[in-house]
Amino acid sequence: MHVCPECGYHFRINGPTRVQQLADEGSFEEMAAELISSDPLGFESLGKKYADRIGGAGKGGASEAILVGKAFIRGRGVMLAVMDFDFLGGSMGMVVGEKFCIAVDRAIAESLPLVVVSASGGARMHEGVVSLGQMAKTSAALAKLDEAGGLFISVLTDPTTGGVTASFAMLGDVIIAEPEALIGFAGPRTIYQTIKIELPKGFQRSEFLLEHGFVDMIVKRKDLRSEIGRLIDYCGK
Amino acid sequence: MDNMQTTNGLQYLPFEDKIAQMDRQIEDLKRSAAKEGIDTSAEIRCLQREETSELKKLYSSLNPWQVVQVSRHPQRPLLRDYLNYMVKDVRELHGDRCFGDDRAIVTALGQIGRERVLIVGQEKGRDTKEKIACNFGCPNPEGYRKALAKMKLAEKFGLPVVTLIDTPGAFPGIGAEERGQAQAIAVNMMEMSRLRVPIISIVIGEGGSGGALGIGVADRLALLEYAYYSVISPEGCAAILWRDGAQAPAAAEALKLTGKHLLKLGVVDAVIPEALGGAHRNVHDTIYNVEQYIVKTLRDLKRTKIENLLANRYKKLRSIGDPSQNVLREKAPAAKPAIPDRLSAAAQLDLARESSPEEALETN
Repeated sequence: MHVCPECGYHFRINGPTRVQQLADEGSFEEMAAELISSDPLGFESLGKKYADRIGGAGKGGASEAILVGKAFIRGRGVMLAVMDFDFLGGSMGMVVGEKFCIAVDRAIAESLPLVVVSASGGARMHEGVVSLGQMAKTSAALAKLDEAGGLFISVLTDPTTGGVTASFAMLGDVIIAEPEALIGFAGPRTIYQTIKIELPKGFQRSEFLLEHGFVDMIVKRKDLRSEIGRLIDYCGK
Repeated sequence: MDNMQTTNGLQYLPFEDKIAQMDRQIEDLKRSAAKEGIDTSAEIRCLQREETSELKKLYSSLNPWQVVQVSRHPQRPLLRDYLNYMVKDVRELHGDRCFGDDRAIVTALGQIGRERVLIVGQEKGRDTKEKIACNFGCPNPEGYRKALAKMKLAEKFGLPVVTLIDTPGAFPGIGAEERGQAQAIAVNMMEMSRLRVPIISIVIGEGGSGGALGIGVADRLALLEYAYYSVISPEGCAAILWRDGAQAPAAAEALKLTGKHLLKLGVVDAVIPEALGGAHRNVHDTIYNVEQYIVKTLRDLKRTKIENLLANRYKKLRSIGDPSQNVLREKAPAAKPAIPDRLSAAAQLDLARESSPEEALETN
């Protein structure tokens, strides 16, 4: 589970590991795995080309920052999308946005609950406004799911910040957070640099969001499967 | 050309030295004409002509960083100038009915041309007192919630929505996080994507990231000629990817954040021309151009049935950065057995374990 047995600290895990932990064994059928970014800006910084990082750059061999596919969680069929922090900090570019929308489309078409596990630093700067546009694109797709009466369970893990929090991650019908995950709009460093005031302890952690009314529940990793299953039984079709 | 060409309070940008010098010369000539009674009008006209062509040359080839500087010019027209010059019978509506009234976002009923609309816009403030009052144009969550509440009102009574964007970004502060900045922006985007009235968004200055998008999901998105729209400020991008905020000019270049580039990327629908030398040199002409764009665009949008309008809006949002044309090619065989990309995630993991157990451990 990659959780410290002593203190219960939840370590970050990559996309494939998350899928393996969450989905019933062997049930995950990945979709749209072949999509890669077109590098719309031809982005380059300090001589490093974004184009060189597209396609299989992740530590775990991931080719993008999200995996989507059909799966079963405790026997309930779901559309599952899992972000991979190991690929460019789980940043959302055109491929993340498109795969997310493909998952939403399929969830609508097959009346499946949508389960999305976020782990992201935000929008992907290397794609400029195209990546910013993914925030609007994914939010608009969720409006369609909402109108179709579909269930969207958003799971926030460490870290979920920036353009991902400020779009689909916060739009769940039910929002779950793993314990002590960093969740926020601006990163703590940005906030500190802007206001120059010491940030309160536990600021932007899951418990802070629960207290302020922005997540429904905090669920330990080992209980995620059963909690998601129960929620689907309550709300799913 | 009826530009405000005197040095009377006009502030020059770092790349406008030559223009500033010409303005000083003209000013000197005028002064000596007044003092000594010499007719210098011919020289002045000549200098003015020269200056006009110099401005044309300079402003037709501004680099992205220079555009960012113009968009932040302290004398650039702000939202309230647009309300003053372009909107008749303004009735401001306050408050989000929940927490407070954010002065960084103004919502008002008003008439543009012959059309009654709801205007939603960001206000930066002109002097220090105003700037503090409206938080330098950086909205808090209650600003976005106010905007949505008023847009729902507009929807109920069939009023088109015009949003004027001018923000460095949504405010990154403790209170903003406590009150759900991210959630407020997310909900606005979702609701604007299905708002049942026409929406026009125009970036009149800075289009700073999510802070801009929170009132920027629209049927038509336009940019003023020297406005910018970006996923992150050039300074922020430089601090992260160049590890040096001073590299902002290079970041501005790389981010392709000007109207010209955004048109090419297909993210904006139009670039509205500004007066020669930037909006601050002729506020009236610039605002007139914006008004004309709104009037014309509203006429087009109102002709479309609302169902089609919504379908088109959605189609437009969905087509932003469609990567379906780009598929992963077969990778060249690496020293270690490459993991086939098309396998399921679970299978990938198994393979990774088989090929190198240490590496799998390390990455998990």
